[in-house]
Amino acid sequence: MKLGFSPQDELFRQECADWLNGQMAGEFRDIKNVTKLTGNPERRKEWEQQLGAHRWSCIGWPTIWGGRDATLAQQVIFAEEYARAGVPGRVNHIGIELAGPTILTFGTEEQKQRFLPDIAAGKTIFCQGFSEPNAGSDLASVRTKARLDGGDWVVNGQKIWTSMAHIADWIFVITRTQEGSQGPKGLTFLMMPIDQPGIDIRGIRQINGDAEFNETFFTDARCPADSLIGAVGDGWRIAMGLLAFERGVSTLGQQMAFRNELDEIIATAKANGAANDPLIRQRLAKAEIGLRLMRYGALRMLSQTDHAKIDGAALTYKIQWASWRRSLGELAMDVLGQGGEISDHAEYEWDTLPNLFLFSRADTIYGGTNQIQRNLIAERGLGLPREPRGMS
Amino acid sequence: MEFAFTDEQQMIAETAQAFFAENATSDRTRKAMAGDGIDRALWQGFCQELALSGIGLPESSGGAGLGFVELAIIAESAGAQVAALPMLGSLVQAGQAIAAGGSDAQRGEWLPDLISGERIAGYFHDATLQASGDRLTGGSRFVTHGSSADLFVVTDMQQVWIVRADAPGVTVTAQTSMDQTRPFAHVALMDVPGERLSDPGAALVAAHQAAFIAVAAEALGGAQACLDRTVAYSKERVQFGRQIGSFQAYKHRLADMMIEIEQARSAVYWAACAVDEGSDEAAMAIHAAKSFAADAYFRCAGDMIQLHGGIGFTWEHDAHIFFKRARSLQAMLGSGNWHREKIATMILGEAA
Repeated sequence: MKLGFSPQDELFRQECADWLNGQMAGEFRDIKNVTKLTGNPERRKEWEQQLGAHRWSCIGWPTIWGGRDATLAQQVIFAEEYARAGVPGRVNHIGIELAGPTILTFGTEEQKQRFLPDIAAGKTIFCQGFSEPNAGSDLASVRTKARLDGGDWVVNGQKIWTSMAHIADWIFVITRTQEGSQGPKGLTFLMMPIDQPGIDIRGIRQINGDAEFNETFFTDARCPADSLIGAVGDGWRIAMGLLAFERGVSTLGQQMAFRNELDEIIATAKANGAANDPLIRQRLAKAEIGLRLMRYGALRMLSQTDHAKIDGAALTYKIQWASWRRSLGELAMDVLGQGGEISDHAEYEWDTLPNLFLFSRADTIYGGTNQIQRNLIAERGLGLPREPRGMS
Repeated sequence: MEFAFTDEQQMIAETAQAFFAENATSDRTRKAMAGDGIDRALWQGFCQELALSGIGLPESSGGAGLGFVELAIIAESAGAQVAALPMLGSLVQAGQAIAAGGSDAQRGEWLPDLISGERIAGYFHDATLQASGDRLTGGSRFVTHGSSADLFVVTDMQQVWIVRADAPGVTVTAQTSMDQTRPFAHVALMDVPGERLSDPGAALVAAHQAAFIAVAAEALGGAQACLDRTVAYSKERVQFGRQIGSFQAYKHRLADMMIEIEQARSAVYWAACAVDEGSDEAAMAIHAAKSFAADAYFRCAGDMIQLHGGIGFTWEHDAHIFFKRARSLQAMLGSGNWHREKIATMILGEAA
């Protein structure tokens, strides 16, 4: 068991920090410290390409696909330095963290060649078409249909909560390809170009006034017959494999963004005197502890090499960070006091901390609600009986 | 960077878990609870046959070397069975204090006997201790396994002394203690000669770091045992024609226990690694580990009683043994609020 980094790793850290800080002081200084995923979309796409051009986009990927074959320690370091430098979040996070690894694991050689270099280069932005209005927690009940018509798949239906669809080039979709099938059977995983007449995207305004999520409508939308990952009817297995990639190294970058949020709350508390309140002090200390434990939980999860073993740190990670961040939003508002409810903007727009308070209500819902997470922990981690299924 | 056990650490863990599971049984622990809270055969096996007692103590004094990660592994395994051993006071607090702050002669005189288990030490802090030269007057009501001790390591947070239990002026009174696996004694010193440790600062740092980590690790082991036993019960017990573990209200509570325990595990091994590696995070990590793991244990032990229903409230069931140890760990060596205030001061400065 060892937490420290080697001298070579520390040199790598310096290299990362130098490059990132140089970018944020130079060509990309206009997007430094932008926290909203929807801010400055065109410049954010250019930033993806800049990362790709310098091989910093997907450093854990094999070199042939535009990565650096980076070690776990190097990936941890890059994620940390990325957030420390005030670099905004990745608008192609779905491409680099979900689509890419899925293609790398389940795709054909031809699909790898077609997609991976462009994802790594920041030229292909992906979004995810999983949830539907009637398939949220119960994802396997998706109804969006796909059928083969000549050389194409033809897709009809509706997806929802498609984060970043308005800037994406491609969408991966779970579709029902077997007529009359139910649940996880008869599903197929397709990749479709977004820019076509059969796909219509409408933003969903959220409680913070922003519109990061969308509804995506498919009306005779098309993609070539070879656009599927895995086999016909294999979609559920691919989708579940994809979701496992959510617990990758990128979680450490997310944590560094949390670090920046907590630091802003701490600075606010010191400035406005809330830091003298013993109860606020306890809550800030708890938040600090929670964030540190998240980091070490993630390092345990990433250091786990026996993937056959059910890993408690991995299984509990999502509910842990989601609950922590939702509490952080409440703490932020208690530190701000009533002033937190007034925005300096003329529009309904919120600075980092009030926005955190509002947005974090989604954290315990998307990617598996806290209640679904508890079911998964109890069933997979503790071997308890599964929830009974209703009649559909 | 590799935050997982090495093969050697894994082997120590398996050895320790097997030893305590086989020997620190409920029957034997209960016999010890009726006496002075020490299972003598277990202590002898632990110190002499398995030679686990020297872990974290220097080889030059008969210890096994290794570090706080290995010490945490041992404490976690002992905690899982609420083993009735004087490990905390004797090996962790007194042993580490003497090892880090004692002279060569002091280490040579005391450590081999503590590690072999032939002598038992108690440890206490008395903020109002009066020291006239090295003659001490004061005491503490909270000396764990103090009734069984041959010597005491005593501090006022400035100096650290060794006091022999049979010295004139020492009065030791057993206290009826809620946690009978680690009962307190009232130790009173009336103008008793103490032998000063040569480096009190090093002794105090080592004793505190080791004790916070050991208590946290013990809490982790106990909390995991509460969860494991409750999960097993939830699969056996049938009500309304179903295993009670199939009810969502029940299984979600078990899931919440696991979420706390996994964080406690991260906390314990973070703290142990940080101290072993001399990381600048060590100061925060030991406070985080002690407060988080002890609170997690108490929550899990309380839930264990609730989720067992009436049987969990009986003396016959082991739930109360965990519950009482959990309460004891929460309160000893600084409450959770005290430890968190230490962290608050690190991130916010002193309150105005």
